[in-house]
Amino acid sequence: MRIKNLLAAGAAIALLAGTAQAADMTGITDTTIKIGNTNPYSGPASVYSVIGKTITAYFEMVNEMGGIQGRQIDFISLDDGYSPPRTVEQVRKLVEQEQVAFLFNTLGTPTNSAIHRYVNAKKVPHLFLATGASKWGQPDKYPWTMGFQPTYDVEGEIYAKYVLENIEDPKIAILFQNDDYGKDYRDGFLHGLGDKADELVVSMLPYEVTDPTVDSQILKMQESGANVFFNITIPKFAAQAIRKSCEIGWKPVHLLNNVSSSVGATLTPAGLECSTGLITALYIKDPVDPQWHDDPGYKEWVGFMEKNMPDADMTDVNYAFGYNVSRLMHHVLDTCEDLSREGIMGCAANLKDIELPMIMPGITVNTSPEDFYPIQSEQLARFDGERWVTFGEVIHAGSR
Amino acid sequence: MDRPNPVTPQLLAAVAVALLFAGFLPHLVSDFTSFQFTQAMAYGVALLGLNILTGYNGQFSIGHSAFYAVGAYTAAILLYHFEWNHYATLPVAALVAFAVGFLFGLPALRLEGLYLALATFAFAVATPQLLKFDAFEHWTGGVQGLFVPKPEPLIEGLSADQSLYYVTLAVMVLLMALAWCLLHSRSGRAMMAIRDNPIAARTMGINTALYKTTTFGISAMYTGIAGALSVFVTEFVAPDAFNFFLAVNLLIGSVVGGIVSIPGVIFGGLFLVFLPNFAQDISRTYPFVPPPWAIFGIFLILVIYFVPFGVWGAVERAFAWWKRRPAGSGR
Amino acid sequence: MDLFLQLTFAGLAIGSIYSCVALAVVMIYQATDHFNFAQGEMAMFSTYIAWTLVGLGAPVWLAFLLAVGLSFLAGVAIERVIVKPVENAPVLNQIIVFIGLLVIFNAVAGWIWEFTIKPFPSLFPADLGFKSTLIGPHHIGVIALTLGVLALVFAFFRFTRVGLAMRAAAANPDSARLVGVSVGWMLALGWGLAAAIGAVGGILVAPIVFLEPNMMAGVLLYGFAGALLGGVSSPGGAVLGGLVVGVLENWVGQYVPGGSELKLTFALILIVGVLVFKPAGLFGRVVVRRV
Repeated sequence: MRIKNLLAAGAAIALLAGTAQAADMTGITDTTIKIGNTNPYSGPASVYSVIGKTITAYFEMVNEMGGIQGRQIDFISLDDGYSPPRTVEQVRKLVEQEQVAFLFNTLGTPTNSAIHRYVNAKKVPHLFLATGASKWGQPDKYPWTMGFQPTYDVEGEIYAKYVLENIEDPKIAILFQNDDYGKDYRDGFLHGLGDKADELVVSMLPYEVTDPTVDSQILKMQESGANVFFNITIPKFAAQAIRKSCEIGWKPVHLLNNVSSSVGATLTPAGLECSTGLITALYIKDPVDPQWHDDPGYKEWVGFMEKNMPDADMTDVNYAFGYNVSRLMHHVLDTCEDLSREGIMGCAANLKDIELPMIMPGITVNTSPEDFYPIQSEQLARFDGERWVTFGEVIHAGSR
Repeated sequence: MDRPNPVTPQLLAAVAVALLFAGFLPHLVSDFTSFQFTQAMAYGVALLGLNILTGYNGQFSIGHSAFYAVGAYTAAILLYHFEWNHYATLPVAALVAFAVGFLFGLPALRLEGLYLALATFAFAVATPQLLKFDAFEHWTGGVQGLFVPKPEPLIEGLSADQSLYYVTLAVMVLLMALAWCLLHSRSGRAMMAIRDNPIAARTMGINTALYKTTTFGISAMYTGIAGALSVFVTEFVAPDAFNFFLAVNLLIGSVVGGIVSIPGVIFGGLFLVFLPNFAQDISRTYPFVPPPWAIFGIFLILVIYFVPFGVWGAVERAFAWWKRRPAGSGR
Repeated sequence: MDLFLQLTFAGLAIGSIYSCVALAVVMIYQATDHFNFAQGEMAMFSTYIAWTLVGLGAPVWLAFLLAVGLSFLAGVAIERVIVKPVENAPVLNQIIVFIGLLVIFNAVAGWIWEFTIKPFPSLFPADLGFKSTLIGPHHIGVIALTLGVLALVFAFFRFTRVGLAMRAAAANPDSARLVGVSVGWMLALGWGLAAAIGAVGGILVAPIVFLEPNMMAGVLLYGFAGALLGGVSSPGGAVLGGLVVGVLENWVGQYVPGGSELKLTFALILIVGVLVFKPAGLFGRVVVRRV
């Protein structure tokens, strides 16, 4: 496709040109750093808006404590309602009108897709996105965009590997959300199963976010005789699926995607008894899990929450997500000598073994100019009725 | 007020002033603001389609997001897979949307009022699902959508945003003029007769079925062109952008601008682009006010209270009052 | 055959919820001659009120009754304060006001209660004395309660003076006014009843789909479809329409090729198809308009 070649060539030229020109200090003065963000504060994806609120509270705290490298953080978080055209508008506002130094943790796959080319053409760092699609780690084509969390397809592969190694004669049912998130997970999983995928998967059903329930899908999956269930759903539907399969007495090996692994937001509403035996891959410490309650990282997060967001529902894992990513951004800015756009991008692409307070032990942030996937490890865990019990090694997987 | 205005010298003068202002606007504001106005005008074109259908022909639709998507995807597919010239995709988008609209208008003939609204609504709800459907993925890009580049500036010295602004302005003015001609023609009077009294219209020998389906087609065509323009503006299409919220937004824009009007669509478009931003600014400035969506809702209700016939309806009424005022009482 | 039965019963179970919402839709249509797009969000809000009461320690049935009662009052208040100014405005203006209400309720609910899902207790005992894999006790309860509400609605419109006056006020406000019906208050009463029935629906839906600010969006969509299928002038038709939509949706997903991905699309095409041949719905009366 000609367009794609042009794009790659353009990106290469952009990099060369970048080094030749004077450093781009847009958005950064001796006293301030201006950071842009979009979040769904309205509309169907509003459940994630707490991430934007957490980051806002975090930078307010940082400012009270004197800022970063003597600079106050001006964090501008705008509502895009999870609508791609609105994201384009808001990001152009941030870049062209507000003149932010960079974009940080913009949320959502379709929304970030819409601005992917624009920010790279404008050479604006587009850092630590709140989405697990695999396309955010292509430094050769998109040198200004970098993801954050483990990608969905890699996680799908981890489950596939688990199934192949541990389950005799697996017959697999897959329930997935009919969008880019669901299909990324599904494709990674099928890829992990390899040639045998066609034979092993006996039922594969989508659902729409507008569907009231996934009950009928669960019935059909039970009917298919599957003994493994890969559940690629957001918390609301995950909870429905867990409860429904429990009600009808279907007891497959139930693999639950990380997106819905929160004990407080998914498993408690679904019923802890029904959730017993679920398997997931984790990278964030679940706030509800008592095993972390003496952990220094957990205590740091709780301290932050109690002081800065006292009304928050602390069982919601999204607050921990927001805190982690804020801490990472803080670290990058704090240790970066060159605070130009190029400099910040360079610093973000040279992180070695960074530990974050609410990330599981043994999982660290690593990036390089060739590796734009900050977190690539996850740990399998099984739910014992009260908390996630980890088992096996931390699994490090390279993204495809 | 239910008829389009006659041509008067005052009207021509007002149009000239408006055009002059619109022509200079991109040089007075930033590229970003030009982009926002371009978005507003693209919405305006879509609203024009809705006004022709609902305001002048009396057929309801809460499904125009579907026609918007048809136009947008037609343009995007031609640009992405066939590397067409941007502007060459506009007539094709128009034709495809017309065809889809006309076909949709056939079963719609049997439905009235709320039932028609439901049928169009069903169409709007089904659209994202169809765009995501695996069998079409090769063409539509599936859930990932398609990237298309912005058109190059037509004239040297203009930025891409300014150039696109002028193109959109030209398309909008042309389509408004065409709508005006249509509504002043014999056909236009027939359309309005059907709206006001379908039975009487039929008795007078008007082929109501043909008029209604054709109007549906024309309305879809306008909205499809708007969809294509919106692709140039945002440089990206994805199924989730054409959901039911878009359909509701188009309806809101139409009513706010004045559904029985042509110029009202400009205000409707501006409302759709700028009000959410305004609501957000309020919500961000004062920490204890409700979230932006709630403020948007409050504004919506207030607008309906205070300008029940839409912005253009209010302008027309003010103008009529001015003309009717007792002689000598003016300055 | 087993799967067929399973799917049919699952369809009836979920359809019972659409029925309940469809009934509320028809209720407000009968009382005000309009559809209220904010109905789903109002029901969601009522459910949150019940949830809060349960959280404060109220037994679930008491919370249910209190929430339904409060919703009735809120419905009357909303009609008097917010809807009254557009009482005589064109239909589209009213629709826009309803959309405004929808957006406000949704945003405010998220603002107060956040967007994470909340479990909501069932009104019915988990053990009904028998066990069936085809249909759960909550779903049986939903169907029973919906039929109960239907009977009440029917009796109200058929046998009480107020019910008759309300129908008159909606169908022909001018004549109703002439015979001494207070049309304004009848409308308000209609809103109150619709809000109360909506609250019943929300409280029945919540244990199945989990309580969150967007919980009614999908349900309302199917509820509308059910109401139109059955006929908006017929409460019984609406209940049946809701059940049919639920079953249809499941059958289509299983037996039509490509149906699992395009379930909603096919269901909607079928409904529109029915409307093309029976424009007033399956059980609706065709209104003859005089010129």
